[in-house]
Amino acid sequence: MGDDKVKVVDATGSFCPGPLMELIGQLKEMEVGDVLELLSSDKGSAADVPEWVNKVGHEMVGTEEKDGVWHIRVRKLK
Amino acid sequence: MRILIVGGGMGGTILANNLARRLHREMRDGKVAIQMLSASDRHMYQPGLLYVAVGRMMPQDLYRDQASLLEPGIEFHVDPVEEFELDANRVKTKSGKAYGYDVLVIATGSRIYPEGIPGLEEHGEFFYTEASALKLFRRLREFEGGKVVIAVGVPHKCPMAPLEITFMLHDYFKDRGLLDKTQLHYTYPIGRTHGLENVAKWATPEFERLGISYETLFNLKEVDGKRKVLLSEEGSETPYDLLISIPAHRGMEVIEKNGLGKSGWIPTDRHRLNMEGRENVYVLGDTTNLPISKAGSTAHFEADTLGENLAAMIRVGAPVRDYDGKVFCFIEAGKDRATYAMFNYQNPPDPKPPTQAMHWFKMAYNQLYWASARGIL
Repeated sequence: MGDDKVKVVDATGSFCPGPLMELIGQLKEMEVGDVLELLSSDKGSAADVPEWVNKVGHEMVGTEEKDGVWHIRVRKLK
Repeated sequence: MRILIVGGGMGGTILANNLARRLHREMRDGKVAIQMLSASDRHMYQPGLLYVAVGRMMPQDLYRDQASLLEPGIEFHVDPVEEFELDANRVKTKSGKAYGYDVLVIATGSRIYPEGIPGLEEHGEFFYTEASALKLFRRLREFEGGKVVIAVGVPHKCPMAPLEITFMLHDYFKDRGLLDKTQLHYTYPIGRTHGLENVAKWATPEFERLGISYETLFNLKEVDGKRKVLLSEEGSETPYDLLISIPAHRGMEVIEKNGLGKSGWIPTDRHRLNMEGRENVYVLGDTTNLPISKAGSTAHFEADTLGENLAAMIRVGAPVRDYDGKVFCFIEAGKDRATYAMFNYQNPPDPKPPTQAMHWFKMAYNQLYWASARGIL
């Protein structure tokens, strides 16, 4: 984990297009193997993001909540 | 104080006019100069392209001369920037000139990027340029029925556009007596029919009521034009007869070429609107990397804030307020009904049921836009 290249995307306050849309757009521009950390103030993201990540075939690295902000880590696998 | 605005779209134009009104004394006395550099001598009302596609506006209705929209005293040049030399506080343009500044505002906008999806450019129809909107108009005129698929890329300009084109096409086919021979199929990248939860709650039953099929968690990966099939990142295949796409967008090439931001989006402070790491460079509208709507409305409210702040910084040495993420979007819900969404970083929208009155307000706004660009509205 310590060597992972992590890109942080702050999508707090993103109602439109929404945190998952931010994640989809940003992940496209990253290299396979890189990790993206999405910050979201929308608790729905904690369910929406893993659903999409599993369907497409990327990897959920972890999710935690700190002071009302969800930190969702996803590794790009393809 | 020399203020240089690069880009003559919604954000740049409103800001230039806002500043010229607030600072007319300082401009008259030679203490402030405002210059604008644009790639075009014409200003396009981009949301009008949606109406061009269904034959309800003509392309010439969308344009005004840019110089006619600007307050007196603003120096306007059609001379696109090619090099940003931020450390030297200057830009170099296509004509070979160099323009110095004390404050730089970058508002160069975005462009569609269908090239990112194999087969999309050749087989998809779009409405984000005059030529593509007219091509779609002709395709729709010739269309005799079949499966029309709407495919949505990420990120895209105006997050309401996928819903609007779908509802407008429904009424278009109904009016032309083609609805019983046509299947409208809407696809969307995430697990509901719109990024805004409350908009999705309204749109999904509307689709069901109108007989529009939909598929969520659908991100276009490739268009197989031979088989007329769309392949998604999620592994599904969807056949089509007519493919209408809201393609992914990118910022302008000049931004990326100058290393100001990946894919043409400049990292921007969400409240102050300055480019990250630069105190005298500001960014407006589609050009920012902010996680909010890429839309003229966003550029409008950002420009209002920045105009007030820059004028205050010149007069009293400090900005007066933060940009709060405000966006206001009309949502056409057919040919004669519309609703709207208004929100900011803190408050999600709560769209009301569509009405005819809101549709006519949108029709009126299509003309009021020019007053808005002049900084009057």
